[in-house]
Amino acid sequence: MEMKRIDRSQKVRVGFHEAKWDEAIIYELSKPGERGILVPKADKKVVDAVGNGVSMLPKGLRRKQAVNLPELSQNHVLRHYMRLSQETLGADVNIEIGQGTCTMKYSPKINEQLARGIFDLHPEQDPSTAQGIMEIFHETDKYMQEISGMSRFTFQPGGGSQGLFTMGSIVKAYMNSKGETRDEFITTIYSHPSDAAAPALKGYKIIYLQPDPKTGVPDLEAFKAVCTERTAGFIQANPEDTGLYNSNIAKFVKYAHKMGALCCYDQANGNAVLGVARAKEAGFDMCHFNLHKTFSTPHGCGGPACGATGVRAGLEEFLPAPLIDFDGKKYFFNYKFENKKFGVHKVRAYYGVAPVVLKTYCWIRSLGPNGLYQVTKTAVLNNNYMFKKMLEIPGISAFYITDDNQRVEQCRYTMEKIYKDTGVSTTDIQRRMMDFGMHYWTSHHPFFLPEPITLEPTESPSKEDIDEYVNTLKYVFKECYDNPEYVKSAPHSSTTHQVDESVMDDPKKWATSWKVYLRKYK
Amino acid sequence: MERKKLGLIINPIAGLGGSVGLKGTDGVSEEAIHRGAIPRAEERTQRALTELLANKNQVIVYTGPGSLGGRIAKQMGFPYVVDGALSDGHTTGKTTQDLVRWLQQQDVDLVLFAGGDGTARDIYAAAKASTVFLGIPAGVKIHSPVYAVNPSAAGALANLYLTGKVTKTSEQEVVDIDENQYRHDIINTKLYGYLTIPKEHAYTQNRKCASPPSEATAMETIAARVVDDMEPDTYYLIGAGTTTRAIMQELELAYTLIGVDIVCNKKLVAKDVYGKQIMQYIRGKKAKLVVTITGGQGFLFGRGNQQLTPEVIKKVGKDNLIILATKDKLFQLRGQPLLVDTGNAELDQKLSGFYRIICSYYETAVGKVATN
Repeated sequence: MEMKRIDRSQKVRVGFHEAKWDEAIIYELSKPGERGILVPKADKKVVDAVGNGVSMLPKGLRRKQAVNLPELSQNHVLRHYMRLSQETLGADVNIEIGQGTCTMKYSPKINEQLARGIFDLHPEQDPSTAQGIMEIFHETDKYMQEISGMSRFTFQPGGGSQGLFTMGSIVKAYMNSKGETRDEFITTIYSHPSDAAAPALKGYKIIYLQPDPKTGVPDLEAFKAVCTERTAGFIQANPEDTGLYNSNIAKFVKYAHKMGALCCYDQANGNAVLGVARAKEAGFDMCHFNLHKTFSTPHGCGGPACGATGVRAGLEEFLPAPLIDFDGKKYFFNYKFENKKFGVHKVRAYYGVAPVVLKTYCWIRSLGPNGLYQVTKTAVLNNNYMFKKMLEIPGISAFYITDDNQRVEQCRYTMEKIYKDTGVSTTDIQRRMMDFGMHYWTSHHPFFLPEPITLEPTESPSKEDIDEYVNTLKYVFKECYDNPEYVKSAPHSSTTHQVDESVMDDPKKWATSWKVYLRKYK
Repeated sequence: MERKKLGLIINPIAGLGGSVGLKGTDGVSEEAIHRGAIPRAEERTQRALTELLANKNQVIVYTGPGSLGGRIAKQMGFPYVVDGALSDGHTTGKTTQDLVRWLQQQDVDLVLFAGGDGTARDIYAAAKASTVFLGIPAGVKIHSPVYAVNPSAAGALANLYLTGKVTKTSEQEVVDIDENQYRHDIINTKLYGYLTIPKEHAYTQNRKCASPPSEATAMETIAARVVDDMEPDTYYLIGAGTTTRAIMQELELAYTLIGVDIVCNKKLVAKDVYGKQIMQYIRGKKAKLVVTITGGQGFLFGRGNQQLTPEVIKKVGKDNLIILATKDKLFQLRGQPLLVDTGNAELDQKLSGFYRIICSYYETAVGKVATN
């Protein structure tokens, strides 16, 4: 029989189907008495010396009842987690372009391998035994200073939002130290919602600047109208999630300073400006980077992260403690700001997620200054190629297209026309793209632009990858006209079918842990 | 299982004017037919009802005779009951209103109506707040968000509501434009009231952000901000719309939805007052004016709150304006300036500039009032 080559000419993966195991949660798999490890009984000599092991613990620390852990054998545990891992749509299996704003770039596996070398380190161990990782923290601090122009960085914040919270905390501490009672913070509609949430947590009232309907960036005059002696801080992402860069940013900062406010640069979209623009030159007092996004450590959507936060000279004393310093002979934890009257003191235990900082260090060292610049250049080129291809799709458009406001590293599109023509919404497309093994993101709520699509290719995908993603979208948008109900009832080839989120409206129904679930529903 | 009662109203002349260049059908339906206009409301209703066909044995349609809905219900095989008091043929706004009242007497679960903004106004004129409606877009002018995006979407949402898969509702504006002015390319919208419609929710997957608070919650937080900031012995003019209504509800006071009420020291001073009456109340007093964006185009004054005459606005003063809008409502403007049409060009000019718009308890947005 003649062997036929499999036809791979089809660029849209219509045959895709995600693995589906219908796997129970691990507590439901538990069987009383089943064990993964049988711990041998202690030697008599040991028992004679320390008792049964529990009796040595202070009485107040001893459990009154057995801990509620699932009981499973090793192979059941392994099978459970292997199945769950197959049911995910991770960055290593899909063309990760659709999660705009997340900077889902390729994270070199060698850096993962290197990070495994420090898994045995513990933050409580004697600094003299951890000089290597402390040096890496110290060196990475210097690199971040060079990249941003800031004077000192902390790696303590465990994520992007915590980095923003750190900046809000620094502003609050600074104003307290000056005896200021300012109560307002200014941000923009297109900045991340945490840019408002972080200062709000510190008790500030939030003022949003809306984008100019023509240019898409905030109006300086609007900013001046609300930036007053009540303004404690100004915080903005630049470029914003639309991919548009506010080239007047230095004027905003200058005016805020004139009014006595501090300025914070949310650099979650830092992939757009590496080696091109720095916080210092725009006049910012502080900034933060998501190491897990821009610096490839990788973005885990809730996994280990770091919102590295830096300040200009003169604000170092407000950074959370400890910092890692070098006295000429050894690296040490510097706690001198920990008990300062107006300091931030701490935003999290210890000094940062060490493997994340190590991977950042490796990534920067492997690229060098020119490599970082090439990252941004390539990400911008990819995005602008994709921008052109996207606008060729019937029904897809973008706002704020003028002669001089090129998109930088990402773009927010709109499928408003397709929605009006067919009734298929952008959230329907989000589900349908799962049927092709691809992510797709809309926008934060509430939508400022109608039926939004936010895409960010980063520097990682090839031209063929971008073409495949765009072709898949094109295929789906055509489906909207040919068979709208099929798109609206998606996904059809994914792990989970439609999730009715309306139940999330009522916090009383939430079960945020297994214990709460048992209390409410069993 | 008991069948769900679906009310159905077709405005048979809806959309006639558009197809022959008349920019609406209000008062010109005969001219439209003379010009060769073809009725399309029934065909659009059919597209909507197609979405309900799979469940037709669980539904009974209550409607008017012939072109008012009976004919299409029969053609599509739905069990139906017709209002015997009405007759097919020449219909007016009163026909629509009579049918709404009859459907409410039948205690229907949902009323689907096909038409445009004029039809929505007629529906509103006879609607009870407890009745749930949903519009099938069939008219020339569709500015009221009581209409679904297209007929199929209306049918699909009606189906979800009748089968209990959508249970929430929201109040949406009934707005209309003056067709005489529209025919001269002047768009002049006015807020007439609110209809309760089913609130569609999105089925999601792959979320990376939390659900936003509901519109009702957003209004509550705005109201709490305004109430907490209220100054003693100051007269607050609270006027028109669901966002400002939330303040009266927070204060547990009687209110006028499409009108202006006066509050001082958190007590009701006067209800549903206008121009000269307002002036009498606030003469010699400190006053603040609480308004929201009305009319779907971002109007602050001149659409649905004409009780606030130029004299009242001047007396209160630009610095005592408190502007409210939920983010959902504000974002629909996409950064476009707010508009004022007080009837006094000089005042309109004076009102231009930047304002803080309260969006929630701790949040405001900067909005610009255009200089025309």
